[in-house]
Amino acid sequence: MSDAFLSLDTISKRFSPKITLGDRIALKLGASVDTRSVHAVEQVSLTVRKGETLGLVGESGCGKSTLGRIAAGILEPTEGNATLENKPLMEEGRKATLRVQTVFQDPFASLDPRMRIGDIIAEGPIVHGLTTKNEAPSYVKGWMERVGLDPSFVDRYPHQFSGGQRQRVAIARALAMQPDLLICDEPVASLDVSIQAQIINVFLKLREELKITCVFISHDLGVIRHVSNRVAVMYLGRIVEIGETETVYQNPKHPYTQALLDSVPKLVLEDDTLVEFTAISGEIPSPLDPPKGCSFNPRCDHVMERCLREVPGLIPVDGEQEAACFLNQKEETE
Amino acid sequence: MIFASHTPFGRFARQFLESKIAVGAFLVVVLILIVAILAPFIAPQDPYNQATLSLLDARRAPGHVGSGGYSHWLGTDAQGRDLFSAILYGLRISLKMGLLAGAIGLAIGATLGILAAYIGGRVEAVIMRIVDLQLSFPPILLALVLVALLGQGETQLIAALIAAQYAYFARTAFGAASAERSKDYIEAANATPLSQVRIVFRHLLPNCMPPLIVVATVQVANSIALEATLSFLGLGLPVTEPSLGMLISNGFPYMMSGRYWISVYPGFALIILIVSINLVGDQVRDQLNPRLRR
Repeated sequence: MSDAFLSLDTISKRFSPKITLGDRIALKLGASVDTRSVHAVEQVSLTVRKGETLGLVGESGCGKSTLGRIAAGILEPTEGNATLENKPLMEEGRKATLRVQTVFQDPFASLDPRMRIGDIIAEGPIVHGLTTKNEAPSYVKGWMERVGLDPSFVDRYPHQFSGGQRQRVAIARALAMQPDLLICDEPVASLDVSIQAQIINVFLKLREELKITCVFISHDLGVIRHVSNRVAVMYLGRIVEIGETETVYQNPKHPYTQALLDSVPKLVLEDDTLVEFTAISGEIPSPLDPPKGCSFNPRCDHVMERCLREVPGLIPVDGEQEAACFLNQKEETE
Repeated sequence: MIFASHTPFGRFARQFLESKIAVGAFLVVVLILIVAILAPFIAPQDPYNQATLSLLDARRAPGHVGSGGYSHWLGTDAQGRDLFSAILYGLRISLKMGLLAGAIGLAIGATLGILAAYIGGRVEAVIMRIVDLQLSFPPILLALVLVALLGQGETQLIAALIAAQYAYFARTAFGAASAERSKDYIEAANATPLSQVRIVFRHLLPNCMPPLIVVATVQVANSIALEATLSFLGLGLPVTEPSLGMLISNGFPYMMSGRYWISVYPGFALIILIVSINLVGDQVRDQLNPRLRR
């Protein structure tokens, strides 16, 4: 694709358990040791276009954070290539680009507790020559103002800030590296709802100002709808549906997306009737032992015999929209 | 207030000042340090200078006014040495050995432990199994063997003390670094990216320091005690540099003949020093251990 900015090509990521000497001896003696690996991400291909925000949504444990870390150049995929404008994100196990930066979920854990926030924001830019030691104070103050922090706080430590303020520090740290692509890994999940709105507004404002491309990961369907141009729905390591945000939200084509949207508790409709939400039945299967065929088949209302045998690929439904469900294929062939 | 409450050190200092025992012990340690450093100016006699010693003054009881014309507050030993002066010089040696062994042991142990935790795999396996093996021996045994192998002398003794102690630092550093390295701020540093060296020294090491400081205070006290033990056994420093352990040992034969002061006063000095350091260490541990935090 010519318009691909970030390109993830048939990415898989498996986490294998560490087999210790003790485990090996136990295996030799015939004991059962769990050596299965976790299939966190399975065969995901995804492109992000310059300037857009792609929302990545799914339940916890579906691999969206792992995929985010691969896109951020922090994790190396077991299989497949992750490239930014045809340059690999990682080389020899280390991140090889400055153009991607990340905002992490928990601002209480992602800031070094022993550093002043001015140093936290300035460290990367100084090391990589984006500013000099002498110019760093004004550089840092500029970024603090942009994310809505009082520049007089530069000498404070992270513990002196609230969660929302810390997340602003984390955003300033990421943006001070002047990235072209920002990966936001559940940046508001650990914040109060009122603070979430503030942080999202900061994020939207800076995205406009800096013309930055984003991958926004969240389990919150409302947040994703608010911030993203396109949305990708993940289930058990695979993308099950992808498309323009409004199209997907209004006309979901995968049973999982439909179930996910139905399971959002809505308080009232326009005509004041209380709406019951339908929870998706069953648990998300273990990624240690994914079901055969379509991974959603144990929970799907429309399960067919074929779903138990074959894994559906992404099938184009309607323009940009693609869904990994045989139901859509049937409709097309008929 | 002298200490600004917003820096980590300021908060630490404020909390420390709340404990009277710890502040008292800290003042005693500081006093002993000053006295030890200034020993040549404070001590009435240079206990190493044979010319100033007189056998006429040997084994005199505390308070005896000797041939030097001044009073021996704590008595004299078998060579007619003023015990007060000898203790001041002995504290100097004990503290020097303890602090040197503690500091070098901390540097070596912390480096090994943090590298093992950060690199993992084979490096971790090799370093930590050696450390585990060493921790299964009593430090005194290890020190005895090393002194026997290396011979006597200041450098050899410090080497033996370090070898006997560094494993504790390595274990502690490994534990702390293993917990810290999986935290998000290390991942964030990798995501910037920053160099491995910078991540280890700027981010990992400072966050591993609290438990290491606790172990360091305890290990300085342990080094002093270990050095005193070796000296008492006659395996410590040469006779020309009497540490507290050797002073105690020198007075030991006279214990039963009523001349208690030759052993007992250096013993008191040693106890006060070690107990004070440990009291400070206890308070530091209480403050830095999140589970005990009030």
